[in-house]
Amino acid sequence: MEIRLSDIEKNKATYKDYRILRWLTSVDHKEIGIMYLWVALLFFVVGGIEALLMRTQLVMANNHFLSPDVYNQIFTMHGTTMIFFVMMPALFGFQVYMMPLMIGANDMAFPRMNAFSFWITLFGGLLLYFSFFAGGAPNAGWFNYAPLNESAYSSTSGIDYYCIGLLLAGIGSVSTGVNIIVTVLKYRAPGMSLKMLPLFVWMSFVNAFLIIGALPSLNAALSMLLLDRQLHAHFFNVASGGSALLWQHMFWLFGHPEVYIIILPAFGIYSEVFQVFSRKRIYGYSFVAGSTVAIALLSFGVWVHHMFATGLGNTVNAFFGASSMLIGVPTGIKIFNWLGTMYGGSIRFTVSMLFAIAFLIEFTIGGLTGIAFSIIPIDWQVTDTYYVVAHMHYVMVGGSLFGVLSGLFYWFQKLSGKQLDEKLGKIFFWLFVIGFNMTFFVQHILGIMGMPRRVYTYPDLPYFTLLNLCSTAGAFLMGGSLLLLFYNIYKTARKKELDRSDPWDGFTLEWLSTALPGQKNFEALPEIKSRRPYWDLKYPDKADWKNDDKERK
Amino acid sequence: MSTTWIIVALILGFIVVFQIAKASEYVSILRGEEKTRKQNNRINGFLLLAFLVIGLIGVYYCNQTLKGKILGESASVQGEKIDTMINITLVITGIVFVITQVLLFWFSYKYQEKEENTAYYFPHNNKLEVIWTVVPAITLTILVGFGLYYWFQITGEAPKDAMVVEVTGHQFGWEFRYPGRDGVLGKKYFKEIREDKGNPLGQIWSDKANQDDIYTTTTVHLVVNKPVKFIIGAKDVIHDVGLPHFRLKMDAVPGIPTTLWFTPKFTTAQMKEKYGPDFEYEISCDQMCGKGHFGMRGIVLVESEAEFDRWIATQKPQYVQAMSMQAAPANTADSTGKAAPSTAGIALK
Repeated sequence: MEIRLSDIEKNKATYKDYRILRWLTSVDHKEIGIMYLWVALLFFVVGGIEALLMRTQLVMANNHFLSPDVYNQIFTMHGTTMIFFVMMPALFGFQVYMMPLMIGANDMAFPRMNAFSFWITLFGGLLLYFSFFAGGAPNAGWFNYAPLNESAYSSTSGIDYYCIGLLLAGIGSVSTGVNIIVTVLKYRAPGMSLKMLPLFVWMSFVNAFLIIGALPSLNAALSMLLLDRQLHAHFFNVASGGSALLWQHMFWLFGHPEVYIIILPAFGIYSEVFQVFSRKRIYGYSFVAGSTVAIALLSFGVWVHHMFATGLGNTVNAFFGASSMLIGVPTGIKIFNWLGTMYGGSIRFTVSMLFAIAFLIEFTIGGLTGIAFSIIPIDWQVTDTYYVVAHMHYVMVGGSLFGVLSGLFYWFQKLSGKQLDEKLGKIFFWLFVIGFNMTFFVQHILGIMGMPRRVYTYPDLPYFTLLNLCSTAGAFLMGGSLLLLFYNIYKTARKKELDRSDPWDGFTLEWLSTALPGQKNFEALPEIKSRRPYWDLKYPDKADWKNDDKERK
Repeated sequence: MSTTWIIVALILGFIVVFQIAKASEYVSILRGEEKTRKQNNRINGFLLLAFLVIGLIGVYYCNQTLKGKILGESASVQGEKIDTMINITLVITGIVFVITQVLLFWFSYKYQEKEENTAYYFPHNNKLEVIWTVVPAITLTILVGFGLYYWFQITGEAPKDAMVVEVTGHQFGWEFRYPGRDGVLGKKYFKEIREDKGNPLGQIWSDKANQDDIYTTTTVHLVVNKPVKFIIGAKDVIHDVGLPHFRLKMDAVPGIPTTLWFTPKFTTAQMKEKYGPDFEYEISCDQMCGKGHFGMRGIVLVESEAEFDRWIATQKPQYVQAMSMQAAPANTADSTGKAAPSTAGIALK
């Protein structure tokens, strides 16, 4: 079917005169999805600049490029921004845009709530950054431990903005979670059972329950902290009978599931990408989906492994050490299943696939260094050092961010009607991955050598400057390669012609929709008989439901 | 020197990538799009294989260069066990890592798109799934089990003859208190804290046990081969007693005392012989505690029994100091700038 730009413009003719108002008032899941992605990109640039400032400060021993006070604000804002205003909006953007398309729906279940979630998240982020103009940004780290976060020790209003900004974003996340669950349960195409959901939708669905379960703990803690700071309550104030550890429990009860909230949708993206570019169905669908549920349940029972050094009792530590070990197993299963998907495939190294392969490398490193944390004596030794920083970035960048980039190259055609330049993309890929490994691999070594995290500067001990210099060089390589990505996006967006609607010979319903879906996603849907409905439609003689699909019988 | 090498390597990397890109562009003009895509696929498959080989060589090289230079031998008896655990874990996870990565790169190379190669229909195999669920689960159980076994040994009750030292963290430094001749640390109460009255820890002077307690800051003196038990607390925010040379770490939580015991193996003098005259055992604060976090350091000085006894004999109990300051009332107000409650005397009965 030939699609011309004019056909799509016709669809949007109703509001073409309202360029700005159209975005401000939109309740269309696709426009909201795109706005989520733009917001993520905006904050990504800001958070990235903060990261480069930090790495510049740490380039050599006893450096004084920033002042300690500014440094504390910068690393706090870097962490908070990247987690709450880059990774979450980026993944929400893909979920909100792609999920209805993948299940054959025309919109989310609650379009106006969808818009509400987006705007309140954006305002949360803006409020957080407003703190720079209101006397100083939050400066107690992204997990903001009590009692350092109390007004006696952090007297600028930064932490008040932190509380309000994250509360707003948290409310937005919870309502998106509700929206996703209802959409998946009620708006699937006729014939699509829960066992036929594309894996990205499966993971988003499970993820939505995690959001609803975990975010309230953070929201409660933030409200309590705000009461402490503004109305002199005593939740975390030790001198008047509060508890210094209560904040840590509440924060990590949210914080560990949060790690999975950020990684699960990325797992979903990889599961799609591995299938399509290996030209095969996913290997072990039910195990990939089932292990997701296992991860979701277990993730609520591992938070104390962030607190092994706080001197809790041995029984408590033993329990949480064991549960942290358990959660490694379903994650491992997924890695083997993706390898199984590649086995015997016909692999195409598109940028999207390259990022997925790189993810398998980096995430395996991140996962294996993570195992060290379930072994208490080792956790005890390396916690709060650069080892944790390295581990966390291998999981969050090598896991989640690579997922977002993989998804961006995979779906850009659906987002804009045009395809990103693959060649520029590949150059970007290699530079970015090499830079990433230069930056973070050496930090494992620094951590074992005992360099504490969050230090403004460090003494000139043997190898410290060399390793930190290598790390900083890698960070700038990453930053430079990102300029290439931005240029790629700019160049593609300026293209006049639309590309084919199905560039990858895709399997799932989003590729059935027009090159750039109009207001209505689908005019008609095929009968859905398997997990790859579009494949069945294109290749009726090789359809999955005709093949020996014994799982379903 | 190393900077130059890194810059050279970066520039070389850029040139290589640029040349590959340029070559592929010419090829695409000559051959048309479909062939280019396949050519490109081969190049990327090959690059991935190259990445594996270079990566493994890099890991080996890094290991050879840094071997033994990272932290040296553990300076405490307990730390040896932790080192053993780290090594065992490194070996096991290393094996898993090499297996998965070799498979990954091999699959990417072998199963890349080719004319004669169509995708193989292989949706699932329950036996395989069970194997790769059960084997890692058992391995992990063993690792965590060993971890817990060592952990219980390390965190159990300190030996009876252990020397006791109280460690208190504040923004931004460390304070230490020895129980003195009676071997008992006197009671303290945080509202008693008055630095201008010579009472930085809030000791209650009416408690007899307090009157011989010795107070020092920054440097803590320990005896080699004698177990020591730290009782750790904090005055303001959470700090962390990080002892990288001894492989130990414990948070200093305000309001909730934590404990930690270990046996130093080498004196500072022995370590200086080994690692040069600048060597000091360090206490680094490992928990973000505010503006001065990066500079919050203490020193552990491990000595022989005789040296320690000589040192402690020269120390006067804090009680003496405080009484002399109370006799001559301080002429300045609380100059420390901290929110020390001015309720001294209330708890004195």
